Amino acid sequence: MLSRVAESIYWMARYIERAENIARFVDVNIRFNLDETQRGRDQWLPLVQITGDDELFAERHDRQEREQVIEFLAFDTEYPNSMISALRMARENARTVRETIPSEVWEQLNEFYHFVRDRDSNITSESLEGLAGFFQQIKQHSHLYNGILDATMSHGEGWQFANLGRMLERADKTSRLIDVKYFTLMPWVTDINTTMDDLHWSALLRSVSGFEMYRKRHHAITVRRVAEFLIKDPDFPRSILFCLNQARYSLDAINQAGRPRVTNLALDRLTSLNQGLQDLNVPLAIDTGMHEFIDQFQHRLNDVGAAIFETYFDRARLDSSDFFGTAGLVMGSQ
Amino acid sequence: MFSGYCPESFFDEMFQADGTPRRSCRSVVEAISQLPPGEFQRRQKALDRALLKLGITFTVYGDAGGTEKIFPFDCIPRIVDTFEWNHIEAGLIQRITALNMFISDIYGPQEILKDGIIPRELIEQAKSYREVCRGLKPPRGIWCHITGTDLIRHSDGGIYVLEDNLRCPSGVSYVLQNRYLMQRTFPRIIAQTGVRPVDDYPLRLYSTLKHLAPEGVGEPVIVVLTPGIYNSAYYEHSFLAQQMGVELVEGRDLTVRDGHVYMRTTNGFEPVHVIYRRIDDDFLDPKAFRADSMLGVPGLMNAYRLGNVALANAPGTGIADDKVIYAFVPEMIRYYLGSEPILPNVQTYVCAIEEHRKYVLDHLDELVVKAANEAGGYGMMIGPHASVDERQEFAERIKADPRNYIAQPTLSLSRVPTLVGEGFEGRHVDLRPYILYGQQLWVMPGGLTRVALRKGSLVVNSSQGGGSKDTWVLARPFEDATSEQSREAFGTQ
Repeated sequence: MLSRVAESIYWMARYIERAENIARFVDVNIRFNLDETQRGRDQWLPLVQITGDDELFAERHDRQEREQVIEFLAFDTEYPNSMISALRMARENARTVRETIPSEVWEQLNEFYHFVRDRDSNITSESLEGLAGFFQQIKQHSHLYNGILDATMSHGEGWQFANLGRMLERADKTSRLIDVKYFTLMPWVTDINTTMDDLHWSALLRSVSGFEMYRKRHHAITVRRVAEFLIKDPDFPRSILFCLNQARYSLDAINQAGRPRVTNLALDRLTSLNQGLQDLNVPLAIDTGMHEFIDQFQHRLNDVGAAIFETYFDRARLDSSDFFGTAGLVMGSQ
Repeated sequence: MFSGYCPESFFDEMFQADGTPRRSCRSVVEAISQLPPGEFQRRQKALDRALLKLGITFTVYGDAGGTEKIFPFDCIPRIVDTFEWNHIEAGLIQRITALNMFISDIYGPQEILKDGIIPRELIEQAKSYREVCRGLKPPRGIWCHITGTDLIRHSDGGIYVLEDNLRCPSGVSYVLQNRYLMQRTFPRIIAQTGVRPVDDYPLRLYSTLKHLAPEGVGEPVIVVLTPGIYNSAYYEHSFLAQQMGVELVEGRDLTVRDGHVYMRTTNGFEPVHVIYRRIDDDFLDPKAFRADSMLGVPGLMNAYRLGNVALANAPGTGIADDKVIYAFVPEMIRYYLGSEPILPNVQTYVCAIEEHRKYVLDHLDELVVKAANEAGGYGMMIGPHASVDERQEFAERIKADPRNYIAQPTLSLSRVPTLVGEGFEGRHVDLRPYILYGQQLWVMPGGLTRVALRKGSLVVNSSQGGGSKDTWVLARPFEDATSEQSREAFGTQ
């Protein structure tokens, strides 16, 4: 597969996943803040903190209330990480690989983008009524896209790159969510093993569609179990470990199908990252600081992304090598 | 539905002058008339939405924001009966055969110039003439693998060739998508009518390309080369690659090493054997043509010359769709094939020839003037619609560079009913069939019917407010084989 095409598929998948996650964050926060007990505790800035773009937000908005945050995260076409920008980028990438992805996938993605771009006039950052249904539909569109992708595209190299992109993005977003929620929630928690039913924790679980699955597994909510569930539950499809295992599966398939490489930096890094998560002692991580843990995790995840670029997408690197496919030639190593 | 529709003084493809449907169109007219009120409009609207959803768009140059536009599609088909189609098909095969021989000759022995049939200076001054192609021997002797020939019907009822497009003719993807949408929108009418299929085009294109594989390469790697996502025909490049199941590459995906072409993949370099290039000669290879080209592949021409990669169409074919050379195609047919042209040219005045130029300058208010090397409706003046100033400007341009201009009478293009608001109005059309030159010559039954959607407009180009229609070539002759239409089609023979 052309390097350029593989890269575009990878980014198409990442951007769609990014858009879906923004919708999830915003949606759950709207619902959370509707609750009477939250009166006066309305918190919107943490959503911006998840993205890491707080500075940009501060430049563009004086106030940090619902309207400004939703406008920024969902609809700001000049903010490159907004939901609508992510969808536009997904579509631009898809447009360059239209011949590779099934028509059905393209059509769904196209419709998804138009749904947001040409949204009804009652969908504004001020209108709670309009927004509630709107973000639900965003999730539906994304699920439909993912379902069509999985059901119509051969699970060959192209699909594996799409899956790799979406799983890395999902792992990243779950980790950011934990980071920010921990930051805002921890001050109230004294014992991580205490049973509690704080709305914040259910909201956190709901934002990754994990509330019901969590209940089935653990019933009562404790901080430790929520963290364990979101970081390393082997079966929950939005836990970090689950996503990275999926990503590893795809990277492995790409590696196996390709010409033999002596080493594969991307695969090596991802494997070691997964192993670390599997062995993670969550109470210890909480003790030593969840934020530090997530921060370190995100650095390592970025390193995986960089290695994927070097190994598969970097054409300048390919040109300077003599990788003509004869066995034993090295690519992707140092 | 059609009550009140009037062909006026124009030749209408669907209705006779007295307002009754033509034989070949009777059943379609009847079926449309039987639809419940508003149903036709409803289906047209559904179809417009489908176009947006499918993202069937083209890009407009120089339009910075929202550069993607939908190519409007009108549901009333243009119908061509069997007899007339056979005539068109024979004419196109004859014409493309002669044009291919001409290109071979021009880049080879140049006998047609030695015999004085075409003035040598017209060739040598043509912008599309490529000295670098002299002596090239393209695989199987074929230069123009894919051609899109523009045909029009004049008010005399005859079909004429308006232009030959032998470089990178576009539009075929719209033909396939139009048919797909019509099958979805009017399944019953299309089945009853018996329409010849067009959807085998990608397969035939694939075979045409495969036929060019270098010697000894059994399973060639074929790619479509696009200038990229910002090209106006990008959708088509992508569509054809997808339908053929081949890679769509950009220049930056390819590299030439030791005279062989490779693409950059996730698995290193992989060889490429046949390139369906949708990039003009000028940009193909900065080493051979324009040095500033960012779209091309350095060293590609050398790989081509060595026979390690095939290009479709071959470089240099543009010489045959120069609008000045066009005027000589009937002579070429007589010269190379010894037969009379089946499809006539439109009367053409070559401004490089003194008497012609004099006539053109005296009759600018009646003529259409075209630059020899422009496409897409650019560089053109329609005399009767032009202001005095515009005519004056073109007169100066012609005097300054006569070689670059031709003129033709203002043609009265035939019309087809087109949905405008709640009813139908006649709109002018042309027809671009696509011809593949592989093991044999094959003409797609039908082609792209382009329609000038603006009332009274004669310009059908997508960049200038044109739209398209499906073209239905009837699979069966209607019962009365000596009907008025078949006589019409063969009226001149």
